[in-house]
Amino acid sequence: MQAGSQDRRVELTRALRDAGVTALLAFGLFLPLIGFETQQNIRNELILTTRLPLLFTIVAIVGVGRLVYSLALDPWLKQRTMRPPQATPSAWRAPVAKWFIPFSIGFVIAYPIIVVAIKGLGGAVKWVDNFGIQILIYVMLGWGLNIVVGLAGLLDLGYVAFYAVGAYSYALLAKTFGFSFWILLPLAGLLSSFWGILLGFPVLRLRGDYLAIVTLAFGEIIRIVLINWVDLTNGYAGISGIPRPTFFGISFNANDDGFAAVFGLEFSPIYRTIFLYYLILALAFLTAFVTVRLRRLPVGRAWEALREDEIACRSLGINTTNTKLTAFAMGAMFAGFAGSFFAARQGFVSPESFTFLESATILSIVVLGGMGSQIGVAIAAIVMIGGTEIMRELDFLKQIFGSAFDPTQYRMLLFGFAMVLIMIWKPRGLISSRDPSVFLKERKSISSDLVKEGHG
Amino acid sequence: MEIFLQQLINGITLGSIYGLIAIGYTMVFGIIGMVNFAHGDVFMVSAFIALIAFLILTTWLGITSISLALLIVLVVAMLFTSMVNWVIERLAYRPLRGSFRLAPLISAIGMSIFLSNFVQVSQGPRNKSTPPMIQGEFVLLDSNNFAVTLSFKQLVIWGITALLLMAFWYLVAKTKLGRAQRACEQDQKMAALVGVDVDRTISMTFVIAAALSAVAGTMYLMYYGVVSFSDGFVPGVKAFTAAVLGGIGSLPGAVIGGILIGLIETMWSAYFSIDYKDVAAFSVLAITLIFLPQGLFGRPDVEKV
Repeated sequence: MQAGSQDRRVELTRALRDAGVTALLAFGLFLPLIGFETQQNIRNELILTTRLPLLFTIVAIVGVGRLVYSLALDPWLKQRTMRPPQATPSAWRAPVAKWFIPFSIGFVIAYPIIVVAIKGLGGAVKWVDNFGIQILIYVMLGWGLNIVVGLAGLLDLGYVAFYAVGAYSYALLAKTFGFSFWILLPLAGLLSSFWGILLGFPVLRLRGDYLAIVTLAFGEIIRIVLINWVDLTNGYAGISGIPRPTFFGISFNANDDGFAAVFGLEFSPIYRTIFLYYLILALAFLTAFVTVRLRRLPVGRAWEALREDEIACRSLGINTTNTKLTAFAMGAMFAGFAGSFFAARQGFVSPESFTFLESATILSIVVLGGMGSQIGVAIAAIVMIGGTEIMRELDFLKQIFGSAFDPTQYRMLLFGFAMVLIMIWKPRGLISSRDPSVFLKERKSISSDLVKEGHG
Repeated sequence: MEIFLQQLINGITLGSIYGLIAIGYTMVFGIIGMVNFAHGDVFMVSAFIALIAFLILTTWLGITSISLALLIVLVVAMLFTSMVNWVIERLAYRPLRGSFRLAPLISAIGMSIFLSNFVQVSQGPRNKSTPPMIQGEFVLLDSNNFAVTLSFKQLVIWGITALLLMAFWYLVAKTKLGRAQRACEQDQKMAALVGVDVDRTISMTFVIAAALSAVAGTMYLMYYGVVSFSDGFVPGVKAFTAAVLGGIGSLPGAVIGGILIGLIETMWSAYFSIDYKDVAAFSVLAITLIFLPQGLFGRPDVEKV
């Protein structure tokens, strides 16, 4: 009893000391950038103002957070790992796993209808557009990059280049020649995959981080060319007035031959939004379907073999050059599809949309989701993109923190932070187990602990 | 000829800044085999810390001696940036050591996004410009209405870079810490067995990398007189290019690579097109990695089964 209370006192002093040190560290960290603010005054000179209350609030939060961690969270986590793992998975797991995919597919198909039913025709546009279409574009890009990174193990940080090629080829060809969306969609995919092969050739010998950096360089080069080749791309100003896709020749406008008039409906922008939603949904499903089928073809098996061990792959007689190039081409093709969809949806493209940040976002979605796992990638896209989109909707926070508080500013801040946290929590991504495409007797998912990743 | 001479001077100045950042990349890559993606943003943060320190010294404390102010700014920036990078390593990279290969890279990318947005939120998205800190120049050559000049601030940058490189070389070659670092670079497990505190050595590597990038950040601020939250990415990639060109893992290589990249960039801007100067640097990166992956001074990477 006596020893117990003494132990607790030692523990408490240690926790307090840790909290103090952490708070002190936080003070040092945040002192320059939060404690002081640089502002331009009227004469355009920089002046300093202090923000000490904010600084001390943050320091106090960090200190208390550390105290809570070492007193409550840490012992709880330790206790949890000490407990023997449950031998049998709980009873609800199997049915959930079985029904999860059909239910999700049903949900995404019904999503616009549900939103319209809840929000009405006018209010639903934002929800279908910002959450539905926006997330689905990233799901599709994630699935496309998943072929390159997840299946073939080629780390690509310049994926946005192919997205840009798709978007600009749709924008330019549609504006110059007036081709329709349905002709240009495959064409954009083709052009992108051509660029995929073109950029894939020089980097065949590279792998891992080096490959990532070179692809990053390629992505940036393409963006700089888009900015500076003003004759073709109109530079920073971008290309506007890109023709929108039509519903079998019926355009979505308020005219007499528009979609609403033809079908005897009242005009509303929601019809176009819902059409675009189903379009990107179909494209995303196409990506997923093709990937699933490709995994069962020799080329897909070669990709996965390449990911696990390139040397073994080569010694077994697999042509690694072709394998890598097909992976680049395939991934780039889907980026091209997504790009032309993006251009058609926005009606406007500019180099601003194809920065390195986009590539990093797509790659992080693939890695956070668990490389190779399609469901994982979709979940990661929903969490990361939906999470940052939802920051736009948090207007009630203004009532708490004052009207100067703008939650949208913090979107990318939290995005970066979440990337670090998820990596620390689950370094192999949310769904790390592997789903074999060949098996004896029964399909079992393979735990990530058993997978030895090659150099990639 | 005059243009060439002028661009040579400008290129070496720019290259010194890249070289100092490149050392950070090459050291971290050498010791834990990771491309520290956030390093460019650490450099940007250091420029902001230097800016704030400079403003405090000149507007609040009324220090008029610019050399004293610069010296204090340099020390303050090095101190705070080292702390920032130490904490980053502790929080974002150390838990991932020995884990899945891509995890630290993604964590570093996340950290890079976090840092640039943190500065954007806390200091505002606008460019911050300071009044020129050091003015004056030597006219080296004056002909045909084109004067080749060597400004005092360029001299200061050359001097500080040379001084710091010497100090740094001493640290790595002669001290116990440097020996521990080189040991960890070769074999971490073996180093740990002979009594090297690997965790501490890696932490110190991040601290040194940050201190050098803080010097680069201070000089960048002094040279251009302007800094913004997005200034970390492009210098970061160019410094990485420098590290690759010099041979990643090689310290003199990083400095020489940095100066080469600085020269390529300024020459390209002078003779070809200033719009495409980043393309030049990025192309050098791609070409080096494709044709000379071990760089100019690096050890070839032998692949074992």
